[in-house]
Amino acid sequence: MSTVTATAVARPKAAARRSSRGRLTLPRQALLQALAILILLTVLFPVIWVVSLSLDPLNRSRPEGLSLIPRGATLEAYWQVFKQPTNNPIGFMGLALNSLKIAVGSSLVSVAIGVSAAYAFSRLKFRGREVLMLAILGVLMLPPVATLTPLFVMLNKVQVELPVLGAFNLRNSLLGVGLAIISGLLPFAIWNLKGYLDTIPRDLEEAAAVDGATTNQTFVQIVLPLAMPALAVTAFLGFVSGWTEFYFSWMFLNKASDQTLAMALYSMQGQYTNTPWSVFSAFAILFAIPPAAVYFAAQRYIVSGLAIGSVKG
Amino acid sequence: MTAGVMARVARRRSSGSWSNRGGRIAYLYLIPALLVMGIITAYPLLFQVWMSFTDYGIGNLRAGAPAPNFVGLKNYVDVLSSQLAIPNFSFVRLIVYNLWWAASNVVIHVILGVAIAILLNTRGLWFKRFYRAVFILPVVIPPIIVATVWKNMYDPDNGAINLILAGIGQLVRLPPEMFRIDWLRQVEDPIPWFLPFVPLPLAYYAMLITNTWLGWPLNSVVATGALQSIPHELYEAAEIDGANAWQRFRHVTLTYLRPAMLPYAIYGFVITFNLFHLAFFMSAGGPFGRTELLVTQAYRLVNDQKLYGVGASFAVIMFFILLVITLVTNRVARATQSYENL
Repeated sequence: MSTVTATAVARPKAAARRSSRGRLTLPRQALLQALAILILLTVLFPVIWVVSLSLDPLNRSRPEGLSLIPRGATLEAYWQVFKQPTNNPIGFMGLALNSLKIAVGSSLVSVAIGVSAAYAFSRLKFRGREVLMLAILGVLMLPPVATLTPLFVMLNKVQVELPVLGAFNLRNSLLGVGLAIISGLLPFAIWNLKGYLDTIPRDLEEAAAVDGATTNQTFVQIVLPLAMPALAVTAFLGFVSGWTEFYFSWMFLNKASDQTLAMALYSMQGQYTNTPWSVFSAFAILFAIPPAAVYFAAQRYIVSGLAIGSVKG
Repeated sequence: MTAGVMARVARRRSSGSWSNRGGRIAYLYLIPALLVMGIITAYPLLFQVWMSFTDYGIGNLRAGAPAPNFVGLKNYVDVLSSQLAIPNFSFVRLIVYNLWWAASNVVIHVILGVAIAILLNTRGLWFKRFYRAVFILPVVIPPIIVATVWKNMYDPDNGAINLILAGIGQLVRLPPEMFRIDWLRQVEDPIPWFLPFVPLPLAYYAMLITNTWLGWPLNSVVATGALQSIPHELYEAAEIDGANAWQRFRHVTLTYLRPAMLPYAIYGFVITFNLFHLAFFMSAGGPFGRTELLVTQAYRLVNDQKLYGVGASFAVIMFFILLVITLVTNRVARATQSYENL
């Protein structure tokens, strides 16, 4: 009863406050809008620049100047990207397929293995728990470059003669690059998923345990469904890091048919290429669209998850 | 119904506390992860320590090649005393530049992020949600694309930045030839006295601009969350007590922002310290290796120079540098936690 009267009293006060302060004076509003639009322009400028570059015709290797829609605007560059963006005889789809294999493979493996370990760290008691968690955190602290040298050397030792495919060098293969990515992605997946599992209230699991569910049943039937949002976000972040991966692919892969999107993008900017800027821009746009689209669609979950996860450490 | 609950409680008592679960089954859940991490993470890291004491080179790569020679601490001494036989390598310059790069970036990110969050948190501002949605754009574009596109924008002849400057210059009748600035490769420093012993090349400022574009939006997201958690009554109370706008900002806004922003700034520092993409794709470490970071130098040692043993020792040294940074920043984070409890 007392709370009801309290809110009843508070409400008109709040309403009065809102009406007295809610409106900015027009000059102030204009000033702040001008500021916001200025920021908006700086944020959007690189995107507008790339989009307008990508519309240049192919016979123009550099832009004529700053223009929103260039003279003789055309989609030729996109067509060229699909046919053959670089000197390598491989089209955008071929490159994307290689990136896709690496990204999907490493993301799914690390999430699948990671969630079971995350469950153990979050919910079960066992000897060595603290030490193992500290070890994972230690690995997480390292940049991907830290394991580059030993993985290159070790994977290079795995060379076998396969019956049909011929000589196979694990280092010089998409599988090898995928393994190298998992080595960094798995600790991240474990840590991220453990952080999320820790925030799920234990009531449901306790109730299940009271009803006689085993640990496995609790994990599969209760924890996994509850953790779905975190699984999706972690898988997506892993996917993006594989989709745009550069260090390992650039160093490990030698075959033209194994080229990835990131490698092609880099080689388009080298000193010795004459790639038209329109082709480069069209390529960059097509390359960025898949992750950017998902980010925008699921922005709330991913950005807040990123921010919160990072604050937690 | 009551009987059911009683039975449950009884059963729960008899089976002991739920949280005591674990034991052997825990290892079953861990085995896949431990196996994979053991083979492709832990073992390589240990192998790397061994490699760092050898002269592992391109001749030792092939299967069945001779084992490398043991050289003791030679690699470490060479790296730390900058005696590697590669051009433009100076370990002290690398560290100083790398620390300065991370610190200067984070300070700008945090200040801009907070300022813009406050701007967009103004009561009654139109199109708030639209601005917030668009301002997240730099975060969603993969960093490799950001870096290559900005490199393109800094092109001395046809790049967007010089075109804009020339356009502005024309308004005050400056000739367009003045704006052929080679942002990423110019050798002369714009402010030669700025950082003692490690003067900053123009490429540093160019990448600082790019990374500012890239870095403030997430800071703004964090700051917005913190701003919205400030009870409005506090501002009213401060106003009644006669606090002016600056005092209200300093004593109310900042007090609430600090516990949220400081851990995030620390995280940003570590991320920026290891930021590979800009230094690699934009300046390529140039001019003369002066914008090289530890991570890009490490990559060049093994990818370009094929010095696997030296690269391994470099990675081990990097590990200790990052360890020190983590320990120091954890200290700072803990200090803020106690601040929060005050």
